[in-house]
Amino acid sequence: MGKTGVRDDARGAAARLGMWLFIATEAFFFLAPLLLYAAYRYRYAYDFRAAGGELNLFTGAANTAVLLTSSLTMALAVNAGQRGDKRLTAVLLAATIILGSVFLVIKYFEWTAKISHGIYPNSETFSGRARGEVIFWGLYFFITGLHGLHVFIGVCLLTVMLFMRLANASGGRYPARLENCGLYWHAVDVIWIYIFPFFYLMG
Amino acid sequence: MDNAGEAVYYRNKVRGRAGVRQWIFSTDHKRIGVLYLVSVLAMFSSGVVLGVLMRLELLTPGPTLMGPQTYNSMFTLHGVIMLFLFIIPAAPGVFGNFFLPILIGANDVAFPRLNLLSWWFYMAGAAIAVASILIGAGPPDTGWTFYAPYSLFTGQDVSLALFAVFVLGLSSVLTGINFIVTVHNMRAPGMGWFRMPLFVWSIYATAWIQALATPVVGTTFLLVIAERFFGIGVFDPAKGGDPILYQHLFWIYSHPAVYIMILPAMGIITEIIPVFARKTVFGYRAIAYSSLAIAGVGSLVWGHHMFVSGYSYTAGVLFSFFTFLVAIPSAVKVFNWIATLHKGSIVFSTPMLYAFCFIFLFSIGGLTGLMLGALSMNVVLHGTYFVVGHFHYVKFGGAGFAFFAGLHYWFPKMSGRLYSRMRANIALFLLFAGFNMLYFPMFILGIEGMPRRYFDALPQYHFWQAVSIAGSWVLAAGIILMLANLVHALFRGEKAPENPWAGATLEWTIPSPPAHENFVKIPEIRRGPYDYR
Repeated sequence: MGKTGVRDDARGAAARLGMWLFIATEAFFFLAPLLLYAAYRYRYAYDFRAAGGELNLFTGAANTAVLLTSSLTMALAVNAGQRGDKRLTAVLLAATIILGSVFLVIKYFEWTAKISHGIYPNSETFSGRARGEVIFWGLYFFITGLHGLHVFIGVCLLTVMLFMRLANASGGRYPARLENCGLYWHAVDVIWIYIFPFFYLMG
Repeated sequence: MDNAGEAVYYRNKVRGRAGVRQWIFSTDHKRIGVLYLVSVLAMFSSGVVLGVLMRLELLTPGPTLMGPQTYNSMFTLHGVIMLFLFIIPAAPGVFGNFFLPILIGANDVAFPRLNLLSWWFYMAGAAIAVASILIGAGPPDTGWTFYAPYSLFTGQDVSLALFAVFVLGLSSVLTGINFIVTVHNMRAPGMGWFRMPLFVWSIYATAWIQALATPVVGTTFLLVIAERFFGIGVFDPAKGGDPILYQHLFWIYSHPAVYIMILPAMGIITEIIPVFARKTVFGYRAIAYSSLAIAGVGSLVWGHHMFVSGYSYTAGVLFSFFTFLVAIPSAVKVFNWIATLHKGSIVFSTPMLYAFCFIFLFSIGGLTGLMLGALSMNVVLHGTYFVVGHFHYVKFGGAGFAFFAGLHYWFPKMSGRLYSRMRANIALFLLFAGFNMLYFPMFILGIEGMPRRYFDALPQYHFWQAVSIAGSWVLAAGIILMLANLVHALFRGEKAPENPWAGATLEWTIPSPPAHENFVKIPEIRRGPYDYR
């Protein structure tokens, strides 16, 4: 018991509520650029469709599959942590970290491919393009970049959780922390579920 | 209970830490509240200096103290400091931190370490804001609104200032989340939702705005930074972007931010009035619900900042309608305060006098706000001194005066000392007189057509400018006297008893200042917060 005099289970409930609120703030964080997306899609419908067609549907779909699978391993890791299965928790955490990293690697190759074709903000080749396409790519790099940053932060968090697990943490507040990391990871996943159709499928 | 709280609380070392380290690493909500108090007052003082210098610039025709470029940077910094570093964090940071847990019968907030992190983010944001003045291409000159496309292309150091506000926003979000969870999970046994003091209700409503609106401006500022570094084009008309969308995203946060400033202020006033009227607050539930209504409806009115920016007539009518609508819950509060005073045994003590000044000034600010919210009048008054007068009446006359009211109300509890009420009243008189001299002429100047943000004035505006400038000096004198009186009391004041004002809320049941553990035993609540009988 700390100074607050609150028992661990009550503390876990508070931490969970706090995490849900944080996820709500994340939703609003992504809402701003997605509002821009909506406004510009309305204004430049044809340009957006043309630009979206240039994205590689295969890599996008592969990344979606990778991230969804990582959410599965994450959920199983949280479950294993709550049951106190230490070895399985570590294995599933490691799997989630690897899948998250694979997502970032695929994203990296996707970005570099686009950049090597002269598709990036302020590129010289942009002067000949339609205005809506320029905006599309500006939003694409901003939103997927912001999402990638969230994945990266998630990978870092899970790595810390893995090291704590390997340093033999399992009881006390560990399961609640693991659950909160899981909530964050799923939130990042859900945000991608919106980004994917907006940029890849509606092209 | 003995009155040795001070010796026990402020002089004791915390976990063997001494000096400044026992403050800046303390997770005790009361110490964090005091940290916020010191930091926001430092920021307020620097904002006042900038403001007085800006006023003085208009004393004579042509450059008096500075050229137009410096003046542009001055009003930008004045706005950024006063809004993001003073009035947004002030009431939640200081009184929210210090009193929210005590008022609901808890020993701390839900996440004490996150709370300390919020203060560190605040200080980091302040440091980055100062850095944007000193390093790089010079201070930003865009105005505190950072309107695109000018903010995308000005040679001044806008990116660093935007990043500073982003970090301050992070601090605000974390504070908001912390307070929501605290109110939900940490209430003492018997402290039902409708037994909470109304200050708690207002902080709770504020916390929702802080948590949900702030992220929007966070990404918006990141977009401007990305625009400046990479040219992504979303706000750049040359590339097909639309600067009006920047204004929308900016005001989606920045109008609700006005309620981050004013809701806790209304909460403070609602605490003070029943105590000094010796009467139960009139219409408890109406006041509680009106806080939520202001937070909700206030999130739908951002477009009234953009009546002349260019959008459809329908949008203008809707935003104007919602602006009128938000006046209703605000007026509910004002009428409830007045009804509370009715047949009360009113004690004209310093905090109560501050509360009266608040009601007067806030009413002027609110009613001129309705004038600006009317579409046809807005077209005439937009971008004039009338707007400057209006928002200073709301933010300074409203939120600022309420902050000082709270400071004078809770000072004995926070410091364990009593201040000289005579000097405090003289300071308040100077504040009130100086304030009206400074800002009321702005309404007249605005109606006569003087545009805001000009470093120089045409001859026909000089008389009212001179009155306003004289007022700024009276106001500054009042602020100095007020703060000096409190600092003097801190060292030389009499020891404060547990309950100097005969209040009925929980903070007056524990020593002044409270011990490290607020409550020896968590109290059981069996009555409402304003039951004086």
